[in-house]
Amino acid sequence: MSDIWNFVFGRLGWDALPFWEAIKDPTTFNIINGVIAGGAAALVLLGALAVVVWITWAGKWRYLWTEWLTSPDHKKIGIMFIVIAMVMLSRAIIEAVFMRAQQAVGLDGGFLSPEHFGEFFTTHGTIMIFFMAMPFLTGIINYVMPLQIGARDLSFPIMNQISLGLTAAGAAIVMISLVLAPFSTGGWSGYPPYTELAYNPGAGVDYWIWAVTLSTLSSTLTGINFAVTIYKKRAPGMKLFRMPLFTWTALSTAILMIFGMPPLTVCTALLALDRYLDFHMFTSDLGGNMMNYVNLFWAFGHPEVYILILTPFGVYSEVFATFSGKRLYGYTLLVIATICIAFLSFTVWLHHFFTMGQSAAINAVFGIATMLIGIPTGVKVYDWMLTMYRGRIRLSAPMIYAVGFIMLFVIGGLTGIILATPSVDYQVHNSLFLIAHFHNMLIPGTLFGMLAATNFWFPKAFGFRLEKRWGRRAAYCWIIGFMLAFFPLYALGVLGMPRRSLTFFEPAYLPWTIAAGCGAIVILFAMLFLLIQLWVSVRDRHHNNVFAGDPWDGRSLEWATSSPPPEYNFPVIPEVFSRDAFMAEKEQGKAYQVPDEFPDIEMPANSAMGVIIAVTGTALAFGLTWYMWWLVVLSCVVTLVAVIARGYVRNTTRIIPGAEVRRTHLAWLEHIRCTTPVDRSKEQTSENRGLPVPPVEGAVQ
Amino acid sequence: MTMTTKTQPGHASPAKPRVHHPGLNLGPAHQESEDTREEMVFGFWVFMMSDLILFGLLFGTYVTMLGGTAGGPGPGELFELKSAFIETMLLLISSFTFGMASLALKYRNDRKVLVIWLLVTLLLGLGFLAHELYDFHKMFTEGGVPSRSGFLSSFFSLVPLHGLHVTGACIWLIAILGQIAVYGVDSFVKSSLLRLAILWHFLDIVWIGIFSLVYLGGIV
Repeated sequence: MSDIWNFVFGRLGWDALPFWEAIKDPTTFNIINGVIAGGAAALVLLGALAVVVWITWAGKWRYLWTEWLTSPDHKKIGIMFIVIAMVMLSRAIIEAVFMRAQQAVGLDGGFLSPEHFGEFFTTHGTIMIFFMAMPFLTGIINYVMPLQIGARDLSFPIMNQISLGLTAAGAAIVMISLVLAPFSTGGWSGYPPYTELAYNPGAGVDYWIWAVTLSTLSSTLTGINFAVTIYKKRAPGMKLFRMPLFTWTALSTAILMIFGMPPLTVCTALLALDRYLDFHMFTSDLGGNMMNYVNLFWAFGHPEVYILILTPFGVYSEVFATFSGKRLYGYTLLVIATICIAFLSFTVWLHHFFTMGQSAAINAVFGIATMLIGIPTGVKVYDWMLTMYRGRIRLSAPMIYAVGFIMLFVIGGLTGIILATPSVDYQVHNSLFLIAHFHNMLIPGTLFGMLAATNFWFPKAFGFRLEKRWGRRAAYCWIIGFMLAFFPLYALGVLGMPRRSLTFFEPAYLPWTIAAGCGAIVILFAMLFLLIQLWVSVRDRHHNNVFAGDPWDGRSLEWATSSPPPEYNFPVIPEVFSRDAFMAEKEQGKAYQVPDEFPDIEMPANSAMGVIIAVTGTALAFGLTWYMWWLVVLSCVVTLVAVIARGYVRNTTRIIPGAEVRRTHLAWLEHIRCTTPVDRSKEQTSENRGLPVPPVEGAVQ
Repeated sequence: MTMTTKTQPGHASPAKPRVHHPGLNLGPAHQESEDTREEMVFGFWVFMMSDLILFGLLFGTYVTMLGGTAGGPGPGELFELKSAFIETMLLLISSFTFGMASLALKYRNDRKVLVIWLLVTLLLGLGFLAHELYDFHKMFTEGGVPSRSGFLSSFFSLVPLHGLHVTGACIWLIAILGQIAVYGVDSFVKSSLLRLAILWHFLDIVWIGIFSLVYLGGIV
């Protein structure tokens, strides 16, 4: 009997239940931790159950399957990426609040067990990087970039589905680890030898390895897809230096993904070989060398930092130009700066471990290389400020995020220059100063950028604007909450408090940790306001409808379509004659024209590949984590069969008849004819139906 | 620049301009496959670049781990030049035969010749794999197991990864042969063959790196 049990369930047992410790040894301390962990598990299960019940109740399974899960449409895949990101963001913020709460009462104790706290900071980091930031920016690029270059879809729509499937599988694995615990306690970077089998025999590190590996593979494929699309699918006349800046940053991001993700694949794969097949790559005995792991990890990790920041740079460039009513200042310089940053990002990985013990000369080289990145970034900041200079600035939600970003990001950048000095780095290495620094880059940089992007492009995707007041409240809460939560950490870092501290014995830390805890609560409200904003906007969607498609007086091609755009994006591929292609059309009075003819359009056909990969990916990772070898073999076989069978499919496209395209397009143009154009003073009112008044020659409006 | 002349789906103009791509350009006799598959070939090249990073990093790691034998057997005791040379030859000849298959695809409208060259290629690939497995088996019996030392771990993370790629390429080749049996040499098959050829020759280049760095370097 127990043989069968072992065969079916591997090493999965009752002790995987998150409240098992509390039942076995019911001390107050264990019960508190058990309730927190058990509550989280219940939340996951109830949440999943509620979604299933709701879809069944609404009778939407077929709709979900045909319109979303099997759709190769880049717009829908992009939205699904962002949905994953939002769900994971909510979880990771709650975890952050728990960590801040622990440290706020952490003088001589606290309420979390060391294992629990370790899982908190590991999942928080892993989720925020791999399952919040990456899917978020992938989703935004997925949605916007093909529209901006005048394409109908990405180059490889089915591969795009597979990317989504892999990310979904990784996210699912992290969520499953809440129910069948534990997750890794090795931090998001998972350094061996701590994460080796000898010190961490449990399932936690394996969960981490496979979740991260799935995410990495997804991002590699995404990078290839984006780069090929931008190189090969631009509309006629859209030369490289006519591309919108967001597309430029998408291209740089894609190239960084292509070359920056493989090191992490190598890293996690070798760690897995160590753990599963008794290799000695990173072990502390028999000739293993853990510094190889650290080098490989940061050979990924540093390009990753710029993957996370370049896309938001592109978003801010669009936001500043649009909401200042001006063309982007120093376009060429911004492009060059973007490429410089992308290139330099491969030359600085060693600054993550100045204290490794290499020679001072090597540290000096990498320190200087790190400081060099400040130059192109500074160029960008000045370009954005000069874009705003003498513009008619409209302080909408994306613009609040963008202005907050500029101020906070410069502060974070300066602390980065401090950290780039090896002798200073020795003092604050692995302290909260570092934590403050990278949150200072990633929250105002990446997260604000992504939230600005959602506010900016949401009306394009769904056909109605997001409600402005709750949007502004959320934005201000993010800015204030961020400052309150992370500026104290600079002080704590200088006072010598190490990162990832469960508890401390220095009373001088306490006021700062309490302040940071308050900041976490403000951020929790910011998240709540985002949800309220979404709720209110959906409720008032008819009020804020912008079907005409151009609510912000946009500059690039994505605004030249209806909101939401038809599946094929453009009835005929537009021809591009300059930068800011759509603004140029509006200025010349050539926008919204009827094409001479409406040819049939060939679009990719639906496919279940993405769903299959999501399911087999989850099963494979789960089986590997719990040693259920039958599940591993089964999911490998199913994947292989599916991939081979896909090669035999011949009807990979379907035709949308020209007559249907014509009908849709003429109906939209008719709608535009009936829409009253508004000037920018009414942008945030319900009078804005997505049609701006035409620009007047030589005047900013 | 090719972009200005690039046709988009939906723009079915009668006079399609020629598009060259960085693979074997099949020429005017295969116009349809040429135009529609250009992106795929380019995308596959980009994938190869990404894959090359994997091998590059593993090569680098291998070099840093050369000293980590931990008292176990080193390269001099485990590697055999003769055996590695035979494997090299098998793989190089298979690349040549794949080249012949590509030429048959381009110039000879004869399915039989193409299939024969592909089958020869497949047999050579399988022969390489069999020989490599035999080699590993021999290393195992002589105590050269990955759990013995860091050096052997890095060897077994690098060389079998190449073998795994060859295995994948062989499976792909079999799948394509099946597609030829079902559909004949249609544009899908042509596109797959173009990409598989790139992979096949790429694996040759990686193997030459392994042969020079791991085997020759180890025995010297």
